[in-house]
Amino acid sequence: MNTDSTPLPKVPKKSVWNNPKFRSLFFQAIVLVATVAFGISIFHNTSVNLETRGIATGFDFLSTTAGFGIIQHFIPYTEESTYGATFLVGLINTIVVSALGIILATILGVIVGIARLSKNWLIAKLAAVYIEIFRNIPLLLQIFFWYFVVLRNLPSPRQSVSFVGGFFLNNRGIYSPSPVTHDGFSYIVWAVILAFVLIFFIKRWADKRQEATGQQFHTFYVSLVILVILPLLAAVATGFPLTWDKPALSGFNFKGGMVIIPEFAALLLSLVIYTASFMAETVRAGIESVAHGQTEAAYALGLRPNSTLRLVILPQALRVIIPPMTSEFLNLTKNSSLATAIAYPDLVAVFAGTTLNQTGQAIEIIAMTMAVYLSISLLISAVMNWYNASVALVER
Amino acid sequence: MNTKSYAIGQIPDMVPPIASVGFIGWFRKNLFSSWVNSVLTLFSLWLLYLTIPPMIDWMLVNANFSGTTKQDCTNTGACWPFVSSHIDQFFYGFYPQAERWRVDITILLLIGLMIPLFIKKFPYKGITAAVALFIYPVVAFFLLVGGSFGLPVVETSLWGGFSLTLVISVVGIVTSLPIGIVLALGRRSNMPTIRSICTVFIELWRGVPLITVLFMSSVMLPLFLPEGVNFDKLLRALIGVSLFAAAYMAEVVRGGLQAIPKGQFEGAMSLGLSYWKTMSFIILPQALKYVIPSIVSTFIGLFKDTTLVLIIGLFDFLGIVQTASTDPKWLGMAVEGYVFTALVYGVFCFAMSQYSQAIERKLDTGHKKR
Repeated sequence: MNTDSTPLPKVPKKSVWNNPKFRSLFFQAIVLVATVAFGISIFHNTSVNLETRGIATGFDFLSTTAGFGIIQHFIPYTEESTYGATFLVGLINTIVVSALGIILATILGVIVGIARLSKNWLIAKLAAVYIEIFRNIPLLLQIFFWYFVVLRNLPSPRQSVSFVGGFFLNNRGIYSPSPVTHDGFSYIVWAVILAFVLIFFIKRWADKRQEATGQQFHTFYVSLVILVILPLLAAVATGFPLTWDKPALSGFNFKGGMVIIPEFAALLLSLVIYTASFMAETVRAGIESVAHGQTEAAYALGLRPNSTLRLVILPQALRVIIPPMTSEFLNLTKNSSLATAIAYPDLVAVFAGTTLNQTGQAIEIIAMTMAVYLSISLLISAVMNWYNASVALVER
Repeated sequence: MNTKSYAIGQIPDMVPPIASVGFIGWFRKNLFSSWVNSVLTLFSLWLLYLTIPPMIDWMLVNANFSGTTKQDCTNTGACWPFVSSHIDQFFYGFYPQAERWRVDITILLLIGLMIPLFIKKFPYKGITAAVALFIYPVVAFFLLVGGSFGLPVVETSLWGGFSLTLVISVVGIVTSLPIGIVLALGRRSNMPTIRSICTVFIELWRGVPLITVLFMSSVMLPLFLPEGVNFDKLLRALIGVSLFAAAYMAEVVRGGLQAIPKGQFEGAMSLGLSYWKTMSFIILPQALKYVIPSIVSTFIGLFKDTTLVLIIGLFDFLGIVQTASTDPKWLGMAVEGYVFTALVYGVFCFAMSQYSQAIERKLDTGHKKR
C-alpha cells in the first residue's frame, strides 16, 4: 500500500460570500430595504400631492350628505343619505347581483356541460356552439348588447308587453306583483322553518335505518308533502295573510308592484350566460376525468343511468370540478363590477365612480373598494375550500 | 348426414337490419335513441328554426351592402354600410390620416415576426422570438409615438380602435410573462421575505376586479408620483393591465413549477448548477411547456379584458364602435356594430385557442399520465 501521497492542496479560505445562509439573508435585506424605501417614497409623494391639491384625507366624508339618488336600493336611501349609506347600498347591490349570478350560472353551466356530453348529437353540438360563441366574446360587449340593443329597444310603458298574473315588460324594466304581508304572516314563516327542521330529522332517521337494515324510505316525497302541508295549514289557520300588489299603469309609468330595472337584468343575464360557458367546460372536464370503468362497473351492479350519474360519477367528478368552479365564482363576482359601464348602481359605479368624483378622495375610496372585493374573494374561497374538503377523497 | 361446411367465408354474412346502419341507423342512434332524446331533438330543431332563419335573413338576405349613408339602407335587414364607412375609424381610431402608414408598418412587422411561429421547420425561431420580445417593442414605440427620426409626434389620446386594442394586449402579454415568471419564482423561494412579498402582491391583484385596478391607475397613480412627473393616460392603463395580468401569469407559471418532480432540482444541484442556471436551463423550459395552454388562455382573457379600458375613457375597438353608434348620422346602428365587433373578437379568440390546442398536441411527449 502506498502511504506516501502527495500533500492535499490547501483549502482556500471560505469567503463569507459563499455561505448560502449569509447570501440568503443579504438578498432578503436588500429586497426588504428596497420595498420599504419604495413604500416610503410613495407615501411621501402622496402626502405632498394631496397637500398641494388641497384634497382632504381621512374617512370623515363617509358621514357627509351624498346628495344624489340611486335607482335601486334594498335599504332606505334618499338624496339626503350619507356617503356611508351610498357605500352600503352599492355593496348590497353588488352582493345581490353576484349571488344571483352565481346560482343561475351554476345551474346553466351544469346543464350545458352535461348537454355537451349528451349522446344526442344535436344537443351535444348545440352545447358546443353555445360554449364557443359566448366564451370568445368579451363580457363587456355582451353587456352592451343586452342593455343597449335588447332591453332599451323594448316598448315604452304604455305599450308594454303584458303577461298573465300582472307581469309587464317594457323599457323601464320588468314589473311584477309584490307581496304584501298582513298580521299573522310570521306564523307561515315559522311553519316553513319547522318543516325544514322536521325534514332534517326525518332524513337523518331514514339514512340511519337504511344503513342498519337496508330498507329505503321515500324521503324526497315525504319531505315535499311536509314542506307543502305545514305552511298551507298555517296559512289557512291565519286566513291567508298575504296579498299581491299588482303594478298598474298610471300616467307615463307603472305604479306599485316590484320592478327589476333593465340595468340589473342586462348585467345578470350577460354575467350568467358568459360565466356559464366557462363552467360548462369545467363540468365537462370533470365528468370526463372519471374513468369509463366506473360507469361500466355501476351498470354491472345494476344501477340505472340516472343513479349512476348521481351516486358514482358526480361525487368523483366534483373533486375535479370544485377548484376551477371556485375561481369561476370569483370571476363572476369581480366581473359584476362591469356594472359601471351601463350604470347599474353597484359598488364600483356609485362609490368608486360617483362618490370619488364628488369628494376626490381617491386613496380612501379605492382602498375601501379593493378591500371589499378582497374580502368577498377570501370569503368565497374559504367557503369553497371547506366544501372541497368535505367532498375530498378520504384516504387511509 | 349433412356434410355442408360452415367454415368462415363459405356463407355470405347476413345484411345488418336496415334500421341500424346508414342514414337511418345514424339518425336512430344519435338523435332518436329514446323518447327523451326524440323530444330534445325536436325541441332543439324548433329552437334552431326560430333563431337561424331570421338571423340569416337579417345578416345576409335582406341586408344592405352598398352605400355610404344611412339613407342608402333601404332593405329591412342589417345596414352594413355603417361598418364599411367606419372601418378606418374602427381600425385606426383618431390617428391622423397622413400618419396611418406607421400603424400599418407596425402591425405588418408584428405579423411578419409571428409567421415563423407557425412554420414547423423554420430554423431561426429563437432569434425571431428574441427580436420580437426585445427589439420589436422599441421599434414599435418609435414608430407609433414618433418625435424622432423626422416623424411627427402623435399624442396617445388620438390612438384608438383595433390598433389600440392590439397595443394594449401585446404590451400586456410581453410584459406580464417575465414579471409573472419572476413573481412565481419568488413565491416558491426559500427566502421568507421574498416569498411573502410575492405572495401578498399576487393575491392582492388577483382578488380585485380589473376595473378597480384601472381606476386606481388612473386616479391614484398620479398621486403616487413625485411632483412634476406625469404619465399619460394610456401608459397608466398599460401599467395597470400589465401588473394585473402578471399576477395571473404568476399563478399559471407556479402551477407548472409545482408539476416538476423534485429529482430535476436535485439533478441540477448535483451537477453544480447555480440557482439561476437550474431555473433557466432545467426547470423553466419544462415548467413553461406544461402550462402553455394555460398561458394562452390567460392571453385570451387579457385580450378580451382590454375592452375594459373604455371605462376609463380610452377608445379601444369596442369603445370606438360604441362612439360610432351614437353618431347622430347613424343612429340605431348599434346592432351592426356589436355583431361586427363580436365577430372580430370571436375569430381572434377562437384562433388563439385552436393554436394553443395544436401546440399542446405538438409538445405532448407522451409523459402525461393517462
